[in-house]
Amino acid sequence: MEKIKKLILDTVKDAVIEEKQILTVTVSWDKLHLLAKTLKDNAELPFDFLVMLTGVDRGETLGVNYLISSSTDISVEVILKTDAADRENPLIYTVTDLYETAHLNEREAFALLGIRFINNPDMRRFFLNSDWTGFPLRKDYDPNPELNPVSIESKEIIDITPRIMEVDGKLVEDTANIFEADDYIINIGPQHPSTHGVMHFRTALDGEIIKKIDVHSGYIHRGIEKLSENLTYPQILHFTDRLDYLSANINRHGLCMCVEKAGEIEVPERAQYIRVIMDELQRISSHLLAWAAMTNDLGATTAFIYGMREREHILEIFDKTCGGRLIINQNVIGGVMFDIYNEFQQDVKAFIPYMREKLKEYDRFFSHNVIALGRMIGIGNMTKEETISYAVTGPAGRASGWSCDIRKHQPYSIYGQVDFKEVIRTEGDSYARYLNRLDEIEESLHIIEQLIDNIPAGEICAKTKAIIKLPVGEFYQRIETAKGEFGVFIESRGEKQPWRLKFRSPSMALVSIMPLICKDEKLSDFIGIGGSMDYVIPDIDR
Amino acid sequence: MILNYSQPLELDGVSKALDTSLSALPDFWRILIECVLVGVVILTTYAVIALILIYAERKITAFFQARYGPNRVGKWGLLQSVADTIKILLKEIIRINNVDRFLFFAAPFFMVCASVMTFGAIAFGKGLLAVDFNIGVLYVTAVSSLGIIGVLLAGWSSNNKYSMIGAMRSGAQFVSYELSAGFALMTIVVLTGTMQFSEMIEKQQYCWNIFNGHISSMIAFVIYIISGHAETNRGPFDLPEAESELTAGYHTEYSGIQFGFYYLAEYLNMFIIAGIATTVFLGGYMPIQVHGWEGFNQVMNYIPSYVWFFSKTGVLIFLSLWVRWSFPRLRIDQLLALEWKYLLPINLVNIVVMVILVLTGLTLTDLFPSLF
Amino acid sequence: MELKNVKIKGIANEDFNDNEYLEDYIKQIEASGVNLVFGKLDELINWGRSNSLWPLIYATSCCGIEFMATAAAHNDFSRFGYEVTRNSPRQADMMIVCGTLVHKMAPLIKRVYDQMAEPKYVVVMGACAISGGPFINSYHVVPGIDTIIPVDVYVPGCPPRPESLLYGLMQLQRKVKLEKFLGNKQR
Repeated sequence: MEKIKKLILDTVKDAVIEEKQILTVTVSWDKLHLLAKTLKDNAELPFDFLVMLTGVDRGETLGVNYLISSSTDISVEVILKTDAADRENPLIYTVTDLYETAHLNEREAFALLGIRFINNPDMRRFFLNSDWTGFPLRKDYDPNPELNPVSIESKEIIDITPRIMEVDGKLVEDTANIFEADDYIINIGPQHPSTHGVMHFRTALDGEIIKKIDVHSGYIHRGIEKLSENLTYPQILHFTDRLDYLSANINRHGLCMCVEKAGEIEVPERAQYIRVIMDELQRISSHLLAWAAMTNDLGATTAFIYGMREREHILEIFDKTCGGRLIINQNVIGGVMFDIYNEFQQDVKAFIPYMREKLKEYDRFFSHNVIALGRMIGIGNMTKEETISYAVTGPAGRASGWSCDIRKHQPYSIYGQVDFKEVIRTEGDSYARYLNRLDEIEESLHIIEQLIDNIPAGEICAKTKAIIKLPVGEFYQRIETAKGEFGVFIESRGEKQPWRLKFRSPSMALVSIMPLICKDEKLSDFIGIGGSMDYVIPDIDR
Repeated sequence: MILNYSQPLELDGVSKALDTSLSALPDFWRILIECVLVGVVILTTYAVIALILIYAERKITAFFQARYGPNRVGKWGLLQSVADTIKILLKEIIRINNVDRFLFFAAPFFMVCASVMTFGAIAFGKGLLAVDFNIGVLYVTAVSSLGIIGVLLAGWSSNNKYSMIGAMRSGAQFVSYELSAGFALMTIVVLTGTMQFSEMIEKQQYCWNIFNGHISSMIAFVIYIISGHAETNRGPFDLPEAESELTAGYHTEYSGIQFGFYYLAEYLNMFIIAGIATTVFLGGYMPIQVHGWEGFNQVMNYIPSYVWFFSKTGVLIFLSLWVRWSFPRLRIDQLLALEWKYLLPINLVNIVVMVILVLTGLTLTDLFPSLF
Repeated sequence: MELKNVKIKGIANEDFNDNEYLEDYIKQIEASGVNLVFGKLDELINWGRSNSLWPLIYATSCCGIEFMATAAAHNDFSRFGYEVTRNSPRQADMMIVCGTLVHKMAPLIKRVYDQMAEPKYVVVMGACAISGGPFINSYHVVPGIDTIIPVDVYVPGCPPRPESLLYGLMQLQRKVKLEKFLGNKQR
């Protein structure tokens, strides 16, 4: 850490370094790019993994927080903070040339906060329509519905992007075309059976071969981050469930941990055990659905039904525990809401061998099918460098040989005490991602096996104050969901509501790499790759 | 020696009786009345078989997928497809702007006409053959290829990019697999020395073609089944529709009964492929007969010929559904590679092998004349 | 047609709740005049239509997963003949809207609805689609699908369980069985 500090001060002399929970560096907006580049190129510990890019309205100024980490050791974290000079025309240099994942994140910051990024080649609004009035996440946003009425007129999609480039030291505003004039473009989505939600891929085709993909999103943008700013922390919990609904419980665990860390709330051990068991069950159910959906995308409907059949057993356990199937309101700040029911251990123990049996069946049924192999092996290759640059985590990232499991590298809750393998493959194709998921189901079963008989007795929830207020500060929490790394950022100003709340969506990284890995693949493979990435759209749009 | 007093359930008596009763009429009227009757019967069978097939597929699918399948409409959901028919007949047919209207409306008829025309040439039982062409095999191959025009026109005229991609896929796929299907049938024509379905069936009384030409016939059978399904866009070859990629493929823009036509034709084509395979390879409506087992032959002969035909076809259809619901879909390049790199060369060699088998007298009937 | 004559196989007539709106619907139909000649034929048509409702899935978020659970082996809505999900709106009979509707999606749902062929029905699944649900105060959420397209059945829940979706679909069947295709002067 000392070396890094020295490196930072050598690069930017007037950088302000604060030793908080995470090393925080504040620099002026024109130095940020230089600092990020130096940190990234530093050979000893390259900071080449942009975890989170958060636009914040700080009151007087608009700023951006970058949480960066290193691919070799993802538990090392540094926060770079910068503020735009002018609130009316906020400009910051882009980092898209360093981190590919910044593309969509910067577009998001532009749509929601109006911060424009110099040299970013694509500065269209990401979630909102291009004619949206105002920037919702700014504190002075006018929520009057008359400014932005619901329109049922279909709008023409304009494939021209404005951008702001630096040419010879001067800033030039110009436009660029996304597609060429004679491209044969089809719209895959937003209402399409295989986009796993309402994603919109504008796809330029050359026969069956994909030339270019342009990602449009926001068809399920619900403004959760803005809504959260007016709600108390326990109320916000419910939104996390509805981000990546397949990892509902894990997301919620993430936010709970962030609040508990900030408010210094000790979680009873029994609650920790229940949380982890539930998380792993949720992970299995999510992977099962991912498996099922992927086989369905490849055209094997029966396999889809099989995956859903096994998933139903997990949902039954959830149902008996707390009455919810898909979304279980189990985690609360300080512990869990419901204790486990009497036969819980018995049910879970019955499920483990059943699931192992079914995993073998999947293997026989699909994993070695000639057609399935032809559709998966060598399709949608991503290299480790691309994976890191696009910040693709989770089973997809690990399929490219990047060890990025937060449970291993930055163990939270009781993950430090259990024994499990981080499933890593190096092929980086659809098949590796597919197998990774099946293997992770096995690992999750293994984790549950170790915990299920040792649940300690005691309280299930710590006593918390009726109104939870967090101290002033910025708090980050990273957690491993079924799709990858989920992050929570809370900026608190001592109120019962957050000043700014941001979720890092693992699915956004998965989608952002799609245009790269689908290029020059067939149209059918685009669907198959989408299945193997297993993204959830409401998680991206928030 | 088969005694002929049996088979009270055979239907060929009906057609003979019809012939005699109409013989008094002038030729023109006789032919006209016969044509109309045959037409009505074929169309009715066509529709009824489609309904049964749709129901059967849904039930069998459910069986594979650990579900129940339709069970609310009528006993065991038997009337499910009747309800669907009523619904689809009364569904609005949308007039879409910016389509090539004439072609758009004509396309479904091409599809249905092609499958009805092929359907008419199938021998369902003794005497249940509308026209017994002496070039039956050629006719079937020729007429069934009309269907692709319906698909291509639908894709072209719909003014929809998904439809267009689906239709183009279908075109490539059909042209390719047509070759294999044709060659597989030709292999059997070499074996039997006839193109007439009735003659082909009679020759298979004791030894089905699939056994008669042993190695070569079996290969031809497998190839025919594969390419037949590819031709009808079923099974793992349903790329033109490819629900998960192209929403509904070439018929995306069709609604109501126009879509119903495509839906019907899809099921009927499956039946037709199974029916032709039965006729050509599995002895058609012939019961199982063994030389010298008179009692057994007599018992088998009691079962009407159409029952034999439909049960053999049924087995093949079940096989097709089994494949369809187990395998993922092929990609277009894999599909074409399968045809041009594997099936077609194998087929060409196979024909030569068959010629050699026939010329050198290595077919089963030649080797063991006493048994077969 | 009286409501008590509408029979749905497998569930007793008394077990259905929320009958008021259907009774209103009957009154509405009867007010427009009933042609007795076509009564029986109407029943046949309604029998066909109500038993062959092919869904178009308009799944935007969480409820879509519960819809999939309804379609899968455990709950199996193919028993009712619903399993022929059509991805092309032209061929579907009912649209099941699962999930939140936002500003950017509003024109699209209208368009998909317009593309469907008559007779068409809309089943709305989940709190978000009914009213905006927990997101009702958001700047980007449409407060209820019925502000854009007409809705036949609301299935509440967040997300609704498969059982409630099936119940909702049976309620839709009841509604379809009350319709007058031939005997209604309005058509």
